[in-house]
Amino acid sequence: MIGRAWKEIPRGAVIPEPGNAHHYQTGDWRSFRPIWLKDRCIQCLRCWIMCPDSAIITEDGKVVGIDYSHCKGCGICANECPAKVDAIKMIKEDEADDFDKIASSIPDSGSVGEVNRTEPKTGLRADEGHRRSGANAGAVGREA
Amino acid sequence: MGKRVALTGNEAAALAMKQINPDVVAAYPITPQTDIVQYFSSFVHDGKVKTEFVTVESEHSAMSATIGASAAGARAMTATSSQGLALMWEMLYIASSYRLPIVMPVVNRALSGPINIHCDHSDTMGARDSGWIQLYSESAQEAYDNLIQAVRIAEHPDVRLPVMVCFDGFITSHGLENLEILEDSEVSEFIGEFEPEYSLLDPEHPVTFGPLALQNYYFEFKRQQADAMTKVAAVVRRVGMEFEKVSGRHYELFEEYRLGDAEMAMVVANSTAGTAKEVVDELRAQGKKVGLLKIRMFRPFPKEEIAAALSSKQIVAVLDRADTYSTMGGPIYNEVRSALYDEKLRPLTMSYIYGLGGRDVGLDDIRKVFSDMEASRTAGKVSEPINYLGVHE
Repeated sequence: MIGRAWKEIPRGAVIPEPGNAHHYQTGDWRSFRPIWLKDRCIQCLRCWIMCPDSAIITEDGKVVGIDYSHCKGCGICANECPAKVDAIKMIKEDEADDFDKIASSIPDSGSVGEVNRTEPKTGLRADEGHRRSGANAGAVGREA
Repeated sequence: MGKRVALTGNEAAALAMKQINPDVVAAYPITPQTDIVQYFSSFVHDGKVKTEFVTVESEHSAMSATIGASAAGARAMTATSSQGLALMWEMLYIASSYRLPIVMPVVNRALSGPINIHCDHSDTMGARDSGWIQLYSESAQEAYDNLIQAVRIAEHPDVRLPVMVCFDGFITSHGLENLEILEDSEVSEFIGEFEPEYSLLDPEHPVTFGPLALQNYYFEFKRQQADAMTKVAAVVRRVGMEFEKVSGRHYELFEEYRLGDAEMAMVVANSTAGTAKEVVDELRAQGKKVGLLKIRMFRPFPKEEIAAALSSKQIVAVLDRADTYSTMGGPIYNEVRSALYDEKLRPLTMSYIYGLGGRDVGLDDIRKVFSDMEASRTAGKVSEPINYLGVHE
């Protein structure tokens, strides 16, 4: 990873811009990836309430996907998802890209292919890497 | 021009702080503290300064509170010595890496053990790589002058680094000296208003100090610090020239005393330079070509200038009031020797560790060094490069 040059970053490691935690992409910390199964989801929003990284993406009050740029893979969402619903599966990162295998291993998984497949960039964003996550990141890091 | 007064080094430092009139001073009054902050606290009590005086619970906290105040945009100072500086160690690096222009007088005293409170330079020499600028002072006059100049140096936009102003414990700190001081108005005009680059107390521009910077950016901030140090010498020179206009006293990166045509040179910092000048005069009267280079700015180290001043000498003895325990001599010796390495002509060099724990250094000790130098010069080689001067053999 090549970051910004030492002459270009703020002196004394001061962070001169507030509210910037969303720039700090923590998705690459993850070793297990939550897979959201849209057809099983009952939209109770427990995952959205409990996610410590605000990584459950919602639109019009409904879950639409997971922000993998910030999700650290803690698994709280999967734990909080009601047992009868079981709409979030934790899959090892190195196996999580094989969607056909995942789909075949989960009965009635239906539209597993429709989960948010946003991938984190590797490492920190070059121009923001000096910044520190001080608060929950908002789910604004969603990337197509 | 100012008036003449009789003050101890500590009183002179406290007076400089009074005239600087910092927004915040945080200090902890336990041995080994100095009476600088005691005098200063009386100025606060008597309403002579506008300073918020913070009484903290340790030297570590004193530096921490000073850092906090400086990050908040205040002109902040503290003072320390010996173990007190050692306890601040962790925070010294925080101050320099946050690029906070804190100015701190440090009275040079030994580090335990065995327990000792007397003069040597082990305290500040140990902190030489903490990213602080270090100015050394021969006398109370120089301590006073250096403190006032240090404010301008630290706060210069090219620099923004903390400065230690070092002077000798007891010899300078408690010795009464006749010195010339500036008027309060001259000092306040010389240092001007502090304009912080960032302030924690500016709600229009909220900032964070002290973030995490791991493998990806820590190195870049350290590179910035190293770069800032390369800008310091020019600023120290410029500030010295401006200070001369106000005070009539001349300051360079180091002082050359009868050094120009000298064949044998001594390098020393702080009060022992005064003793060395006596001996230089004495030997000059006997027709011997000897001279002295007195260290003022040790961090950053003025390598080109010192190499230029010493490379034509036949032999150089460097006196250190601190040891590195590296088996390679004292800290100033190592820097001087390294600075000379790239010169085409290199003098012979010798290291003398002297005066540890307040061991007195007299004229005879200095005479011995010059006589050793003369013997080595005649022999054309140094048989004993690392020497301990004045130790009981």
